[in-house]
Amino acid sequence: MQQRITLTVNGADRHLTIDPETPLLYALRNDLGLSSPRQGCSQEQCGACRVIMDGEAIYACTTKVKEANNRRITTVEGVSIDGALHPVQQAILDENAAQCGYCLSGIINRAVLLLEKNPSPDRSDIQTAFKDHLCRCGAHNRIIRAIQNAAREMHHD
Amino acid sequence: MTDRLPFTLRQTPDLDRWITFNEDGTVTVCTGKVELGQGIKTAIAIICAEELDVDLHNIRVQSGDTEAAPNEFMTAGSGSIEASGAAVRQVSAEARQFLLQRAAEEMHTSIENLTVENGIVANVQGNENISYWQLMQGRNFKVSANGEATPKPFADHTKVGKRAQRIDLADKVVGKPVYIQDMVLDNMVHGRILRPPGYHFRFQSLDQDGIRSMPGIIDLVIDGSFIGIIAEREEQVVNALEKMKQITQWARHGELPDQEALHDFLSTNASHSLPVIDGTPVEEPVPDFVTAESAVTTVNATYTKPFHMHGSIGPSAAVALWQSEKGRGETLTVWSHSQGPFVVRGAMAQVLKIPEESIRVIHRENAGCYGHNGADDAAMDAALLAKAVQGRPLLLKWTRDDEHSWEPYSPAMVMKVQADLLRDGHIAAWNYDVFSNTHGGRPVARADGSHFIAAWHMADPIAKPEARPGKGSHSGIHRNADPYYDLPQRRVIKHLVKVAPLRTSSTRGLGAYGNVFAIESFMDELAHAAGMDPIEFRLMHLTDERAAAVIEAVRDQANTIDLVRDDNPLLSYGRGMAFSRYKNAKCYAAVCVDLSVDLETSNIHLIHAVIAGDAGQIIDPDGLSNQLEGGFIQSASWTLKEQVLYDADGITSRDWDSYPILTFPEIPTVDVILLDHPESRSLGAGEATQGPASAAIANAVSDAVGLRLRDVPFTPERLKKAAAS
Repeated sequence: MQQRITLTVNGADRHLTIDPETPLLYALRNDLGLSSPRQGCSQEQCGACRVIMDGEAIYACTTKVKEANNRRITTVEGVSIDGALHPVQQAILDENAAQCGYCLSGIINRAVLLLEKNPSPDRSDIQTAFKDHLCRCGAHNRIIRAIQNAAREMHHD
Repeated sequence: MTDRLPFTLRQTPDLDRWITFNEDGTVTVCTGKVELGQGIKTAIAIICAEELDVDLHNIRVQSGDTEAAPNEFMTAGSGSIEASGAAVRQVSAEARQFLLQRAAEEMHTSIENLTVENGIVANVQGNENISYWQLMQGRNFKVSANGEATPKPFADHTKVGKRAQRIDLADKVVGKPVYIQDMVLDNMVHGRILRPPGYHFRFQSLDQDGIRSMPGIIDLVIDGSFIGIIAEREEQVVNALEKMKQITQWARHGELPDQEALHDFLSTNASHSLPVIDGTPVEEPVPDFVTAESAVTTVNATYTKPFHMHGSIGPSAAVALWQSEKGRGETLTVWSHSQGPFVVRGAMAQVLKIPEESIRVIHRENAGCYGHNGADDAAMDAALLAKAVQGRPLLLKWTRDDEHSWEPYSPAMVMKVQADLLRDGHIAAWNYDVFSNTHGGRPVARADGSHFIAAWHMADPIAKPEARPGKGSHSGIHRNADPYYDLPQRRVIKHLVKVAPLRTSSTRGLGAYGNVFAIESFMDELAHAAGMDPIEFRLMHLTDERAAAVIEAVRDQANTIDLVRDDNPLLSYGRGMAFSRYKNAKCYAAVCVDLSVDLETSNIHLIHAVIAGDAGQIIDPDGLSNQLEGGFIQSASWTLKEQVLYDADGITSRDWDSYPILTFPEIPTVDVILLDHPESRSLGAGEATQGPASAAIANAVSDAVGLRLRDVPFTPERLKKAAAS
């Protein structure tokens, strides 16, 4: 039943002996102590659990831990650059771009990927990129502004 | 002097219960109000920092703990700044006064000769100073608030009213374990509840041995139709729950009524009807309609709203721990995201049949709740399940399906309006009837029943109490039912429908959402009948200058906007506005919406909104702006897309596909204008835009395509139906 799984999480190899059918979300949260991926719907509808696996935003809630074996995973705990907040995190902080903040982890990961592929997204690009991320508090416009601010900040570097 | 103290401070006058000077140079201020994502901790910190003259980053806020924070009842009704803000302001002023007196004694001078900067007290000569922390030396105040200290005059404020960074956000952007679901305690176990498939189902049978033999299972609890499963690990409890869903046998004892006939059901099943006078229901006979003989036109309309969900992004959760403590007997500690830790404690004690003093409830954040969602039920569920694992903490989580199908919904409502117009356009008579199930289904300790789902399902159940009409000013169904306009005669009736098809309770704005939707849609209909501009028509019926000011502010701002219009001939554009003053006593808000209607698909697309708010003295402008805009977006989602669907068996809106909400591509740009009145008291604002958002959208649709939408939500199907009739 149990299987040995190796996940490269935020740059470090982590070994687990675990039921391979376990959702990656539980492995990250309960076995590796990473609280940033949040559980929202467990069916790929809200985006709160999204993490980066081999450069793609994936749903940790429906991905089984065996599917992540020997893959590279980045969570919000690992998006910082040289110990400083990632520009997306800093921009969200500066813009007060949240109310409850529960959706933020998935949004930060998705935004980091977006800015890698599109360094200067316009409003509509961001809206489209986040079509699968739900925010119930109505902080959308602040989040959009924060991502645009982060994009500008990254251009300056 | 103590009669001048804010209410909750009078109840809990002990300063040490409110404020502590920590040895690390910070200050902890306690509030009974809890963080729901609305930013209350930041606002409370600003108020405390202002009165103490301590930098904001040195203030810590502790909230919602039945043993460590004052009882400030529910965090609801846009009352936190008004109630807790006033208490914390006075507490901080008293603490400052106390410290300055000590400093004056130390420095052999008088208080008038002292200044404070970031907690360092200095004399005017500048040759001596001492910090608050040196003065306290880790000791307590050991005094009660007496009302003798006077908070700063507003003109001296340097922190209140200035933009601040949210104090809780730094941890959230790095994913720290800040939410209740993130709690990890030694030896913790995981729990889930197996709910019946619908309200009318009762447990029949289950292969218990089969479930108990699954990996990691610690216990299976079956008490009537209250069924819970406990496992060592989360995936184990989830696997067992899935299996239980497949194999459990249930029996149906009844069915839900036809959803198609819902609004007829409400308006023909009124069981307690009360006239509302000046916003307050009175136990008097329902009077006849008021009319004006000189009227030239009589207009009437009926509006409806469906059941809506709170729809928290984080399903409800709780942690419960039973312990036997020497000298205290059996104790229960519950970590909960309830809006009222003290209130839910009493309600749980009733069901558990233990004294409430043996329960401690500690607030932990979850995702935004927007009212009474599954938080309290999860606390009760966790407490009941954890009994099976004495001494071990149990983390209980609801599933997405639990949250969608068992949370207490915002009630469906029917609003019937009739008004007489004079030749000059003035309203001469106003008749308003609102029909709804209760907006008050929160668990509280009461002799006549319990509002917990678990209590209904136990083998020895406690039934749901009969709904009683709220009698307070603007309390539930009749919140904002009484128009803020000047009307020579008005007849406003609330009709409580006691038979409720679905479980209902308080959702952001309560009755105000439906009532303002109806009143403000009808004001546009009346303006149209009178041949007047809707804004001029409103201003003609308002004497309160602050009300007029928010309306004029959105009008003027909207007039500066040069919308980029697509030359697609299938798109028709419109603009609409609406106004309300929340509870006729709190924040003033006006909303103006620009939108387009696709004549082919009947899809409504929001383009831009302008919001103006007057919340009296602004404490945290960015927090206020965030609340006004967030409330607008959420209400737009309710208005355009949302309704809880059900059939005879039960709820069919069980996830985000079957209960869609507004998504990023559908979000309009928004301007928020804040009208600050630092000289006047702060007014609660967290629910101020829910009402006007809905009517502004309806009015804009009418402007765009000449169709009056009176039934929320405004789906393409509804718009097509309106066009066909």
